[in-house]
This record gives sequence, C-alpha cells and structure tokens, in this order.
Amino acid sequence: MAPLTVPVLSIITWSPFVGALLIMFTARHRPRAVRLISAATTGISAVLSLWIYVAYERENAGFQFYEKLPLVPPLGISYELGVDGISLLLVLLTSIIIVAGVFASWTVAVRSQEFYALLLALVTGVYGVFVSLDLFVLFLFYELAVLPMYLLIGIWGSSGEVRPRGIFAWAYRETGVGTKEYAAMKLTLYLLFGSAFILVGILALYVNAGSGSFSFLDFEATAFPRPLQRWVFLAFYVGFGILAGIWPLHTWSPDGHASAPTAVSMLHAGVLMKLGAYGVVRVGMGLLPDAAVDLAWLVGTIACVNIVYGALSSMAQTDLKYVIAYSSVSHMGIVMLGAATLTEAGLNGSVFQMFAHGVMTGLFFALVGLVYEKSHSREIGKMGGFGKLMPGIATAFTVGGLSSLGLPATAGFVAELLTFLGAWRSAHSWWLYPAVAGTFLTAVYVLRVVKQIFWGPPSPHFHDLVDARGPEWVALVGLVAVLVLFGMVPWLAIAPIDTATVPLLARIVTP
Amino acid sequence: MTPDVALPLLVLALPFAAFLLLAVVGPLRRTGRPAGLVSIAAIAISFAAALTVWARELVAERTWGWIPADGGPIATVGVLVDPLANAMLVLVTLVALLVQVYSLAYLGDERPGALGRYYTYQSLFVFSMLGLVLAPGFVQMFVFWELVGLCSYLLIGFWYERPAAARAAVKAFWITKLGDVGFIVGIVLLWSATGTFEFTDLFEKAQANALAVPGLATIMFLIYLGAVGKSAQFPLHVWLPDAMEGPTPVSALIHAATMVTAGVYMVTRTEPLFALVPEVLTLIAWVGAFTALLAATMACVEGDIKRVLAYSTVSQLGYMMAAAGAGASPAGFLHLLTHGLFKALLFLAAGAVIHAVGTNDIFRMGGLFRAMPQTAVVFVVGTLALAGVPPLAGFFSKEAVLGGVWEAHLTGPFLMLALTALLTAFYMFRVVFVAFFGRAHAGGHPHEAPWLMRGPLWLLAILTLAVGIRLALGGGEAHEEAPGWLPPLSVGLATVGFVLAWAMYQRGAVDPARVAAVLRPLDYLARRRYGLDGLYAGVYRGIILGLSRLIGWIDRYLVDGILNALTALTLRAGDALRYIQSGRAQDYVYGVAFGVLLLFVWAQLWRR
Repeated sequence: MAPLTVPVLSIITWSPFVGALLIMFTARHRPRAVRLISAATTGISAVLSLWIYVAYERENAGFQFYEKLPLVPPLGISYELGVDGISLLLVLLTSIIIVAGVFASWTVAVRSQEFYALLLALVTGVYGVFVSLDLFVLFLFYELAVLPMYLLIGIWGSSGEVRPRGIFAWAYRETGVGTKEYAAMKLTLYLLFGSAFILVGILALYVNAGSGSFSFLDFEATAFPRPLQRWVFLAFYVGFGILAGIWPLHTWSPDGHASAPTAVSMLHAGVLMKLGAYGVVRVGMGLLPDAAVDLAWLVGTIACVNIVYGALSSMAQTDLKYVIAYSSVSHMGIVMLGAATLTEAGLNGSVFQMFAHGVMTGLFFALVGLVYEKSHSREIGKMGGFGKLMPGIATAFTVGGLSSLGLPATAGFVAELLTFLGAWRSAHSWWLYPAVAGTFLTAVYVLRVVKQIFWGPPSPHFHDLVDARGPEWVALVGLVAVLVLFGMVPWLAIAPIDTATVPLLARIVTP
Repeated sequence: MTPDVALPLLVLALPFAAFLLLAVVGPLRRTGRPAGLVSIAAIAISFAAALTVWARELVAERTWGWIPADGGPIATVGVLVDPLANAMLVLVTLVALLVQVYSLAYLGDERPGALGRYYTYQSLFVFSMLGLVLAPGFVQMFVFWELVGLCSYLLIGFWYERPAAARAAVKAFWITKLGDVGFIVGIVLLWSATGTFEFTDLFEKAQANALAVPGLATIMFLIYLGAVGKSAQFPLHVWLPDAMEGPTPVSALIHAATMVTAGVYMVTRTEPLFALVPEVLTLIAWVGAFTALLAATMACVEGDIKRVLAYSTVSQLGYMMAAAGAGASPAGFLHLLTHGLFKALLFLAAGAVIHAVGTNDIFRMGGLFRAMPQTAVVFVVGTLALAGVPPLAGFFSKEAVLGGVWEAHLTGPFLMLALTALLTAFYMFRVVFVAFFGRAHAGGHPHEAPWLMRGPLWLLAILTLAVGIRLALGGGEAHEEAPGWLPPLSVGLATVGFVLAWAMYQRGAVDPARVAAVLRPLDYLARRRYGLDGLYAGVYRGIILGLSRLIGWIDRYLVDGILNALTALTLRAGDALRYIQSGRAQDYVYGVAFGVLLLFVWAQLWRR
C-alpha cells in the first residue's frame, strides 16, 4: 500500500467532473466542443482504469493505488481511496459504459451542454463510490451519483402512458404515473429514501466503533456486536438494495429507466444499480460478517423472487424499454443471489454478473435508443422485420439477448454458472432451481422479443428505417466485443475478483 | 498429458478462424461466394487434419484453466482425443465439407449478403460441433452444446422473414433449452458432489468405485435430459420436424448427421458414469425405443419429404439411444456414424429433388426417376441403407443395435425396435415409390442437379456402400455375440416393409385410404403428432404467458399501486396540513398557547 506519486484514482474520479466544469464554462453553444470534451475527459478515465486493471498486483491482494488526505481530522473524515479486485472491475465497467454512453448520446440536440455536464458529474459520483475507502466520502459520492438523475430524466426523458386500474386507481390519477416527471421524482425520492437508511447505518457504525474514524479499514478491524450487526445490515440491505432493485422495492427502476434518455438508462441500469449491489457486498457483508451469515437467507430468497418475478414481468411488457428495464430487475437477482450464497464461486459469479449485466444492459439501452430514434416507436407489437433494414442493430441486439439468457461464449454464462455452483453449495441449495428457471424464462422473453422485432415480414407501420451509423457504431461494437471477450476468456475478470472475494469470505465464514 | 494435440487443435481452430474472418470483415462476408470458398477451404484443411488424426489413432489430452478459483481452476478448456472423438471428428468435418460444397449450388440464388451470413453461421457451427466432440469435461461440452444450439437456431431461421421459419427457430431453441435446464442442473450437482467437471477424473473415480455419491441416479438422469432435448427423444422431439424450415443442407448437416447426435455422443462419452446407474440406463433404452417407434408411425403419414426424413432421424436417434441404454454404446455409436453418412445423403438428395421440382410434397412429385436418374439412384442407396439392407452400412449398425438390446434382455424395447425396422422400410419406400416412380405430377421440367450438388451425393453414396462392405469383411466384432436368427429377422422385416409399400403405393393392390380407415385412431393420432405440439403450445400460451400477464399486472397495479397510494396519501396529507400555515399571527399565538398548555399538563401528570 505504498502511496503512489501519481494519484491515479483521483484522476479517474475527477476527470469527468473537470470535464463538466469545462463544458459549463467554456463550451456554451458549441455542441461539438461539448462532445469532444466529454469524450476526452471520460476517455482519460477509461484509459487510466484500463491501466490500473493491468497494473494491479494480484499477488499482493488488498487495496492498491492507495491515497489518503485528511479532510476533517476532528471527526476522522478523510479523503481515502483505494481499489481491490472487486472495485477494479467495476471502475472498468463504469469507464466502458460512460464512454459508450457519450457516443450513444451524440445526437442529443436539446441543451446538450447541460446534459453532458450533468452526465459527467454523475459519473464522478459513481467512480467515487467505487474507489472510496472512507464511508463518509463514499456517502457524499453516492448522493452525487443519485441526484443529477432527477434533472436528466425530468428534462431529457420521455413520457409513457399507464392506465389507472385496480384498487389503487385513484392514486394513479393523483400522482401522474407514466409521465417523465413522475418517473424522475419517483426514482430520486426512492433512492434518497434508501440513502437515509445508509446514512443511519454508517453513523451507527461510527458511534459504536468509537475509533473516531470513518475509514473502511478501521471499521473492518472492528468486531461489532451481533445484534447491532443485524439491524445495521438490514439498514444497508434496504438502503443499498433499493438501488440494486430488490423486490418489492424495485418499481422505481422500470419507470425510471423507461423514461430516461438513452445514455442515462445505460448508465443507471448498467452502473448505478451495481452501486447498490456493491454497497451490500462491500459495506454490508464486508463490515458485518456475522449479520451476513444470519441474514443470507433473506437476501438470497428475495434475490430468487427477483429472478423469476423480474423475468415474468419482463415477458408481460409491450413497451421495449420496459422489457429491458424489467430484465435488469431479474438479472440483479442473480447478482444478489451470488452474493448471498457466501461461497467463493457464488461471490465471484455475483461480481462477474455485475460486470456482465452492466455491459449487457448498457448495450440493450443503447440499442433501444437507436431503434426508437429510427422508428419513433417502442411498441413491440407494431414492429416486425427490422432485421432486414438494420442488420447491425439486429446482430448486436441478438448478442445482448444471448448474453442475457446465459449463452456460453458470452459473459452472462460464466456469471450464471458460477452463481449456480455457489447456490447449490450454499446453505439453501433450493436457490438453484429458481435461478435456473429464471434463465429459461429469460430465453423465452428475449427470443420472443427478437423474433417480434427483427424477424418475420417487414411491418407496414414503418418506413425508411436505417441501420446504425457513425459514432453510434462505437458504442455497439465496443460493448458487443467486451461481452464476447469476457465470455470467452473469463479469467481476465475472475482472476482479480478472486483475490478480493477469498479474503472477504474468509472473514465471513470463519469469524 | 501429451503435447500431441497440435493437430486436433488445428482441426478446431480452422473453422473458428474462418468464422472470425467472416464475422468481423463485413465486406468479405457480403461478397457471398468468395466468403463460402473461405469457409470451404478452412473446413477442407480441417477435414484433412481430422483424417490424419484418425489414421494415426491419436490419443491425447491437454487442458488449460478457464474459470480460475482459489484452489486451482473450477473449469478448464482443452482437447480430449481418443478413438471415439477421432471417428466423430472425421464424420463432422466430412459431412460439413460436403454440405458446404453442396450449398454453393443449392443456395446459389441467395443474395450475396445472405450467402455470406450462411457461411459465417456454418463455420461457427463446425467449430462448435468440433469443440463439443473434443471436450475434456462437462463445462466445455455444455458450452459448445449451447453454441451448436445457437447455430441451429440461427440456421433454421436463416430465412427469418418467413414467419414459419422464425417460429420453428425459436421453438427449437426453447425446447432444447428445456432439456438443457436439466443438463446444467445435473452438471452443477455432479460438481458439487465430486468437485470436478473433468471426464478423466470422473472416469477414474468411477473405476475406483469412488463415485458412490448419494443421488447419482438423479444427477445422471438430469444430465440425460440434455440429451433428450438435443437428440430429440420423446417427449422433447417436437422441435426437430419443425426445424425442417431451414435450408435443406442445414437439415442434412445439423439436424441429421451431427448436432442431433450430440446427445448420443454425450451418453457414449460419459458411458462409465451412466454404467453406475443401471436404472437410468434402462430408462434411456425404453425412451429410445419408444421414440423410435413413435417417430416411425408419424413418418408413415407424412407427405412432406423433409419431414419424413426428420421423423426418420428422430426414429434412428431412438435406436442409438436404445443401444446406449442397453449398455451397447459401441453399437449405438457405430449406428451414429453410418446414419450420419446415409442420412446426410438422403437429405441432400431430397434437397436436389426439392431444388428441381420446387415443392416438398411427395404427392406432387412422381416419376422423377426418369428426369433425375442419378439423384434417384443415390436416394435409393440411402433408403436401402436406412432400411437395413445388406451389404449397406445401415444393415450392420442396425443389427448391432438390435443385438445389443436383445443381449441386455430388454424384450420390450427390442420388440418396439423390430417393429420400427419394418415401418422404416415401409415409409422410406413409400417416398421412393411415390416421388420417384409412379405418375409424373410436377409441372415444368425437373432436371438433374448441377455437379456441385451431385458430387457430394455420389461421394456419400459410395461411402455408404464402402463402409458397409468394410463392416461385412472385417468389422464383425460388433455383432459377433448376436444370435444367429437376427440377420434373417431384420432383413425379413425390411422386406415386409418394402413389400407393403410396393403393394400400396406402386402396385396399387391395396388402397392406402382403406388401410388408414382400418387403423383410424392411430392414423388420426399420428397425423396430429399425438397432440404433443398442441400440448406445448398450450403450456406456453396458457401457463407461461398467462402467469407473466398476471405477474405483470400485480407488479403494475398492486406492488406499485401500494407505493402510489402511499405517495398520494402523502400528497393529500401535505395538502391538508397546508392550512396550519395560515399567515395570521393570532393563529400562531393560539398554537403556542395550546402547546404550552400541553407541556404543562404533561409535566403535571406524567413527569413524576
């Protein structure tokens, strides 16, 4: 943990923020400059995160590229950064998605200056959460990652239509379900509601540890009493879990992701949901090992509900964006299930699924955005025969779908296989069955959608459809390549993950 | 571990290289024919290498870590070369090569882009199939198992604009995936119980009697489910006839000679494990024999030439599985090899016919022997082989299967298989008489196929004959123990089938309609495919889609409804409380006074 002369992690984290400032102050009414600054600053982060991925010393596992700078010494708050095998991969994921997102939103015309500035500020928050080792700073970054979403959806989003039905129909009329304002408000309030739990949890640990420090490493060295661990774990589980889309607190996700503009959906479903899962694993399980064992049954069982329920809900949707959004609910179930197994295979699968799902869903939302842009429709029932006119989009969608249903040679398979192995070896071996059933249901809804949209005779509702072009290809080709590469050579990711999960498990299983 | 795996790796790598080249370099793919030539060149060299491997009788194994873990890799990739794999390598590369050459002419009318796509998929398929054959462990086998399924899906849906093709492709994927769910659960359970996926480790444990795992029968049954889906065993056979919506060369390669036999190959490959669970083996034999008979009855009433061949494939896969289940897996594997040759021949010949007359319906063909004698001759060669007439290849392998099942004292399956042999001869000669002899129906002028198509046909026909003669001369060990009455019996059954077909469809001595009337219930059921397709459609529409609609509604209007209700109530509460802040000073003074009063009362009553 020798302090590095160049603060790589800080540069990765703050580079997009600097980009946001530059855009706000120098690039007014110069859309081209806005895009170039965004591409450059996120590009810097991306290159550096690839570099730390390669340079990370796997033999000396633990937190590397360590930086520390006291912020508020009397309270023990310091700016403390470091990455281990888990956060390393998630930083890389964030870079991949944001670069793809910048290219996917190349065509945003309305107030692109503010759009990109908010997007970049948000990404700084995401990087910050993944690299922070100080829980107070982590919380600040967490809020930074959540809040810009409100504006991004509220201003650049799109509204859908939901008919008020059922016994709560009166409430639907009063809240304006379906509009983008509703979706933005729902997402933000829901996530802030969750972060209140997180804050309470962090403060409870701070007070009880009594070491006068918010450092993760100090907390890690403290053995908290079991009853305290349990309710704090629950607070973290609910708080972070909301962002990870745990059932039944997931309903912000379909509405939010369906209303959000393309790059925001990509980033939110691709990376922000991982913040939640990362929080549960890193903060919840990492600091509260006894509670992790005691409450694994809850986490895993809810995860199983997520998998099957999300897949079935996805199948029922008629709006393409909702299909993808619900598939995230289902796939995040695999992430949480893998973590709940408390086995090496399961935990590796969980982290790998965070990565795989991030890339996959980023790809999906990029594609849905493209399909929408070309056809001005999200109604699956109206579409048909698009494959002939947009073969590139069709191919990318199929690859994404195959990864989603866990086809080998895509990243999704390795993640699911490891999770299955872990599930059967866990204390609750029945978890295997819902997980496997979920993959079958995924095959049903994914191929159904592919067939409806891209196969069959061309739909009479659409004319002048064209394939992706120019910068749009960057996102598609890049994301497809990553999915296939990590599916064929999984040890690229699993070797570093393993260096982090094994010590984590050693703390949990043998207290 | 021997380092002698360069050649098998070459066999594997060439089709992959061709696939990568065609997939990545769009301009090359869109040229069509040149793209096809790239793929053919790769597979040709691959075939030569496979022949060398086979001729040298190479035995080697080499693995590399694939999914790392703390105590050594969980899963590996690599190659396992042994006589079983060698024979399969030759079969796969040979049939693939011939099919790809044939396709150049058969799909010559396609747009260049589509043709390039076709060869991209073909290369990926060959790579995947070879990877499956060479798999040294369950994980790699499953990986390629799914990949061949993917290629099958893509190639069935090659004409994706046709709704029937799109439906068939998706159906094939779903039904086989259903079996694969069992397969993956079985693999996971096996790993949990033994800690390894590697065949060599597992076989060693099996031999040392160290595999007394509780629930091994369940595990092997689950793994067998994968084979049920892939090798189209009852009740998951329904996808294979529909898969005929794909181009005919695809049917010849994937849905006759190679992919569908993956299930048989897997059971043969892991025979030491299945040998530990005799009850599962018996089940496999019964299901196999039942599948054989069931599919044969459906073939007898089918009018679509490709579907007849598809049912016959299902039926023959049942034979192979029955042999594997009877503990005679060498016989099953021999049948796999010979069947691969003559079924590919039959499909490709049928393709030539369809190419010439533009229909699949045998009752709209007729008299084709005169128009395309060469195709007719090779089709008859294939038919004789399939019907089990000596000295063609099919006779020896089928007899070996029957002998094996008899030796295992499986009387029920034996009787079913014997009856199937009769029906096989009947339905195949029915096609021959109706399509190639009899009155000419086809409008236009059917003509012989171009040489690119006829060449592979003749080669396969000659091979069918040559392998048969080779088996007659030397390879007798497979049917040595079989009882002496078996060869006459099987030839007799084939003859009865032939005579029946001749009498009904050539001579006209018996009216087929009257036979159908006599066997009315059976005819009705067979024509409706025993209602299985309808059952699956019902389960899909009624249960899966119904459940999804229910859950979707619950999510939208109950789970989210509660949230919206809470939101609305909060909004209402805020609205109501708004009046507290009236802006009038006297209201606030009242409030303060009331508060003080409350505090006073609290202090008096509860403080002490």
